[in-house]
Amino acid sequence: MAIRSVLSTRTLSGLKETSSKLLGFRGIQTFTLPDLPYDYSALEPAISGEIMQIHHQKHHQTYVTNYNNALEQLDQAVNKGDASTVVKLHSAIKFNGGGHVNHSIFWKNLAPVNQGGGEPPKGALGGAIDTHFGSLEGLVKKMSAEGAALQGSGWVWLGLDKELKKLVVDTTANQDPLVTKGASLVPLVGIDVWEHAYYLQYKNVRPDYLKNVWKVINWKYASEVYESECK
Amino acid sequence: MASCVVTTSSFCTVSDSSIRLKSSKLVHLQRRRSLGSRGGLKVEAYYGLKTPPYPLDALEPYMSQRTLEVHWGKHHRGYVDNLNKQLGKDDKLYGYTMEELIKATYNNGNPLPEFNNAAQVYNHDFFWESMQPGGGDMPQKGVLEQIEKDFGSFTNFREKFTNAALTQFGSGWVWLVLKREERRLEVVKTSNAINPLVWDDIVCERVSLIFSCYKVMFPLDHMYFCCCCLQPIISLDVWEHSYYIDYKNERGKYINTFLNHLVSWNAAMSRMARAEAFVNLGEPNIPIA
Repeated sequence: MAIRSVLSTRTLSGLKETSSKLLGFRGIQTFTLPDLPYDYSALEPAISGEIMQIHHQKHHQTYVTNYNNALEQLDQAVNKGDASTVVKLHSAIKFNGGGHVNHSIFWKNLAPVNQGGGEPPKGALGGAIDTHFGSLEGLVKKMSAEGAALQGSGWVWLGLDKELKKLVVDTTANQDPLVTKGASLVPLVGIDVWEHAYYLQYKNVRPDYLKNVWKVINWKYASEVYESECK
Repeated sequence: MASCVVTTSSFCTVSDSSIRLKSSKLVHLQRRRSLGSRGGLKVEAYYGLKTPPYPLDALEPYMSQRTLEVHWGKHHRGYVDNLNKQLGKDDKLYGYTMEELIKATYNNGNPLPEFNNAAQVYNHDFFWESMQPGGGDMPQKGVLEQIEKDFGSFTNFREKFTNAALTQFGSGWVWLVLKREERRLEVVKTSNAINPLVWDDIVCERVSLIFSCYKVMFPLDHMYFCCCCLQPIISLDVWEHSYYIDYKNERGKYINTFLNHLVSWNAAMSRMARAEAFVNLGEPNIPIA
């Protein structure tokens, strides 16, 4: 067991992707915290460096750690045929795995202004937004309103429905990934509206956070995902 | 707890501009609706922002004044203001006490828009009163006896409570409740605005005889309301806004500090006394202080 997990982490330590392919033998793939492609303070003043650092190094890291632990326990329970433990672990896997998936997308959804953060989407995605929401402003207004109205913790998403070939705005609770709202939904832009994402800077005024976060949204990445899914 | 008080000064709105008033506790005001509308008489129900039973800096260094200022002064106040705004729109929800309002707006699991605000007003009132300066440590006598009876030991209870608080994914609350029918304490966790009061109706509907569980039932249209089969004794807010300023992401540290230095076992004792007075028909078994 120990040898298997050492092998799996060594061969995967170079990878930053979060593919869930099993290796040739029965081992579990563990996950690592992805690096940010920018400094913690690079998104100021929209999001403070303090928030970025804690959000990345503490919250996201905790999801990764707990996800790995849960997977380890799941592996053992599966091997032992312990069905009730397998079922019991589902909520921890969904929560921590979802947290890892969502935050990995989130860091790519953000970019400093000098790296294109806040620049409106052009090309196919820009056109699709205008078609579905009238204008970028219309989309921003809708997502901000839904994000502000979300009770408790969760995410607000711009997604692509691959089957219906249309853009959708939706919210998910806690750390549920967008795919829990529809198997054909692909996340393009996700905005974390958990309090930890904005509290130190904006306190209870979530609408202010939602107003400012658009200044650092990386539409280039969203366009890339959109175009690759639309092929 | 949230008693309905009708004042003689009919347009008295709750003034909470002075947040340091130690002596005056501002209670919920509610004017009962007058029968029918007489020539445009507009009757409105208001809930007031109740101040915590201690100054905002009294819980330092375990819960900072800054946290109280934002948590009570912005979050809690916001729930009160938004609830009043919603109630001002029409008169469908007039004439309820706070607990009745919560159960009515919970609507058996299909909550109305007012539920979130009403429940959160109650939850925060309950939470402030679940803490005291110089709190923590161990409960005494009757409360301790009941805890040891139902959890095995106080340590076991602490473990259960801490575990529930740590595993409440997302926003929510952790409660020590007294289950009236079974006459035992339990730790439960709820998400977002939900609290143990809303679980009453499911239990109550199963009971057809008034006397079998000592509850009083008030028919209201076709709905029956019980008075609290799950009596909350202590609560802990585990929404991030409750601990983020003081503890950032370290929820575990916050929970420990709450149990060590903040939880008010005095409040627990008086709440249990009130709850137990209902459970025993005959001589109330009130724990001796």
